[in-house]
Amino acid sequence: MVIKTEPIILNIGPAHPSTHGVFRMRTTLDGEVIVEMEPIFGYLHRSIEKLAEERTYTGFIPLTDRLDYLAAMSNNLAYCLTVEKLAGIPVPERAEYIRVIIAELQRIASHLIAVGAFLQDCGAFMTPFLYMIREREKILDLFEMVSGQRLTYNYMRFGGLSQDIPEEFLPALRKFVDQMPSYIDEYDQLLAENEILLARTKGIGILSREMALNTSASGPVLRASGVEWDIRHADPYSIYPRFEFEIPTGMVGDCYDRYWIRIQEMRQSVRIIKQAMKQLPPGPVRSTVPWLIHPPVGEAYAHVEAPKGELGFYLVSDNSIAPYRCHIRGPSLINLTALRDMVVGWKIADAIVIFGSIDICMGEVDR
Amino acid sequence: MIGFNYSLGLESYGRTLPPDWPGGFWWHWLVFTVIILAFVMTVLLGFVWFERRALGRMQARLGPNRVGPFGLLQPVADALKVLIKEDIVPTQADKIVHWLAPVVTLVPVLMIFAVVPFQDGALLVDLNIGLLYVVAVSAVPILGIFMAGWASNNKYTLIAAMRDVASVISYEIPVVLSLAGVVLIAGSLSLNQIVLTQNTPLILLQPLGFLIFFIGGLAEINRTPFDLLEADSELTAGFHTEYSGMKFALFYLAEYAEALALSALIATFFLSGWRGPFLPPWLWFLLKIVAMFFVIIWMRATLPRIRIDQLMALAWKFLFPLALLNIVVTAIEVLVWPEALPWGLIPVNIVVAGILVLFLSKKFTLGWGRIEV
Amino acid sequence: MKFEHYGIGIAKGLTVTLRHLFRHPVTVQYPDQRLHTSRRIRGNELVWNEEKCTGCATCAQVCHIGAINIVTSPSQATNTYTVEKYEVDTGYCIMCGLCVEACPFKALYMGYDYERAKYRSGDLVQTKEMMMTTPEKHISGYFYPELATRLPMQTLLLEKVKEDE
Repeated sequence: MVIKTEPIILNIGPAHPSTHGVFRMRTTLDGEVIVEMEPIFGYLHRSIEKLAEERTYTGFIPLTDRLDYLAAMSNNLAYCLTVEKLAGIPVPERAEYIRVIIAELQRIASHLIAVGAFLQDCGAFMTPFLYMIREREKILDLFEMVSGQRLTYNYMRFGGLSQDIPEEFLPALRKFVDQMPSYIDEYDQLLAENEILLARTKGIGILSREMALNTSASGPVLRASGVEWDIRHADPYSIYPRFEFEIPTGMVGDCYDRYWIRIQEMRQSVRIIKQAMKQLPPGPVRSTVPWLIHPPVGEAYAHVEAPKGELGFYLVSDNSIAPYRCHIRGPSLINLTALRDMVVGWKIADAIVIFGSIDICMGEVDR
Repeated sequence: MIGFNYSLGLESYGRTLPPDWPGGFWWHWLVFTVIILAFVMTVLLGFVWFERRALGRMQARLGPNRVGPFGLLQPVADALKVLIKEDIVPTQADKIVHWLAPVVTLVPVLMIFAVVPFQDGALLVDLNIGLLYVVAVSAVPILGIFMAGWASNNKYTLIAAMRDVASVISYEIPVVLSLAGVVLIAGSLSLNQIVLTQNTPLILLQPLGFLIFFIGGLAEINRTPFDLLEADSELTAGFHTEYSGMKFALFYLAEYAEALALSALIATFFLSGWRGPFLPPWLWFLLKIVAMFFVIIWMRATLPRIRIDQLMALAWKFLFPLALLNIVVTAIEVLVWPEALPWGLIPVNIVVAGILVLFLSKKFTLGWGRIEV
Repeated sequence: MKFEHYGIGIAKGLTVTLRHLFRHPVTVQYPDQRLHTSRRIRGNELVWNEEKCTGCATCAQVCHIGAINIVTSPSQATNTYTVEKYEVDTGYCIMCGLCVEACPFKALYMGYDYERAKYRSGDLVQTKEMMMTTPEKHISGYFYPELATRLPMQTLLLEKVKEDE
């Protein structure tokens, strides 16, 4: 007697405890194995690109905070770099150094949440997540000291920063930078060699080098597949050539490599912050820029190495107070195009782990 | 030896009972049943509180501390909340099965405590096949879980329930085989006798058996690292997605009752039950149960969970050969060196356990890789 | 994949969790214990200095949400504008602080309090009287460092964890 089996369609639906935001995966399952997967997004679309055409250039900065809300300073930085490139605005030295410090702190904070959520998806019931949130709280305290809010900072302006750092910032930063490596070592001790984690993530969701290059992946996803591409080294912006740091690169391209790279990047960020703190010069933090900017007619594209990948802004201006067109190259969306090929052939539990290891933020995917 | 002379004198009472007990003294049986059930329920509520506090402290936060001093009334608040909730039954569900499932899950777990010795002779009934009874009864709750998964008329719960059945059946075998090692050394199936013959705790004489029983027991009660049934990062809430109100409370209690039963059984088989100096025996028993439960909570706080096919591979390829080898080694020891030197056997056993674990863990692969579609 | 570490990794993780059991938890039990927020906090209201304001409505122009509503009328006697209506819809405002930065006469400040919940959304609209500076209103030091020095120092988690370990 032949038993007839048919694949079932399972909706790992928009409101799910472990999709990072509202994301829907429509999977076709054969038993436990995923045969076909269709990602459906757009549940968080807020038409930010259209809103850019109605706000002024300066008035758009608070909206860029809400793109990747877990790493808002990088978004501000990318947008300000684009407008400075478009309008030719110089940036003073002190502002550049503070921008680098803040961007690297933001990278640490974003990677903490990424790794914490990834371990939560693997099943380590909240313990590593809560430890990492505790570290992130320290960084958010520093950001609150500088800009006034904890999530949507609105701190960078064209030509520098909105205000100088207060005098209690540097001693607190020194304390944080001294403590952080020991906490990263504690995370390593907690879960880096855990056999269950190794069994769950090694060899799972392999993204080959050709596939990563073909799908324009960027950030830790690309570096895990063996491609040494970091915008801070390859196409440097701001004053990154003055610091020395390494780029951690993986070899295989599985989930464990992506997790390991993020931990190593946190260590490298601490190294950059220490160098920047030593070289911090006094001076103004903002060059004089009119409130309503009329950039000359033209277009500009600037990209930064955001924690999640390559974040780019493309602005077209027609000499009015608002951009004619603003397009945002969100790294999470481009990294997601590789998801289907990474997931097919694995099981449901693996799909959640693979999805968590790409580390997306739905604010960037849907804009 | 470790003194066990303190007792309430219950064993002498037990020996003066008429041979057709409890036929003539049914009300003695009723009183003791009520005492045991009250004890189990109270310790259960205490465990709910203990888990939340201990888990909170290990995660650098406070547990519940608002409801009553130190949050001790939190389980009471939870029970009240759950009692006043509406009882929702899906329309297409199988009503009788839906109603029976929590009962079938909870009652057999409580029945295990009938044969667990709290003191010398202080059991509800001293079955001389106590261990067989425990193993038989502890296989029934899985039927309740499957009933719950089926009767909810929901794809997710069915998948979760099927995974659960597969995993529990696979882990029954190494668990029972590891208990065979205990029986070989103790010489009897009655739990009271097993405790009485433990002059040295069996965890030292049977480290491999303890390891297998512990891991297998964790898998049977669906706790981390094997809690893929209630994994809320996968299929929402597993087999009890569609339950609310008092039925959900029964499932919740059943999970903690199983953890309590596992702790009690480990304390009885491997940690020499109620024996210990200076303190009254029931207090020793309680302390050992709490210590074992703390280890279970500790595991939950630290470890991620493993996948279903890795779970099955662990049972069949790793624990099952280990259990068989454990029986062989124990049988050889009991025959060739009878218990003249328990202290000499301890290092031998630990070394043998270490070698076997290292050897087997090099040899097997865990789970499948990618499947071509 | 083969087992390589024989359980040592699990044991190491267990020691980390056990060590945390003996550390002081980092929870702050609000509302019994409160933290001092940052001196530059962009709190939940706007505070308006009537003497310095000239009614130029730059803040309303800069607000990209459109949450500020100003009605002025020219007054011949003093040759200035009198501000008749000055309303901020606090429910609509996103607390970005661009209006505070844009005011050329330094007449607008961000508030320092954050516990301003109301029962009805209509109560969130701040009218002219509610916005004026009074001695009780706390002003945050956002964009005005000389005001920031009057406020208490921010409690940092860095300090708290350091002294309890």
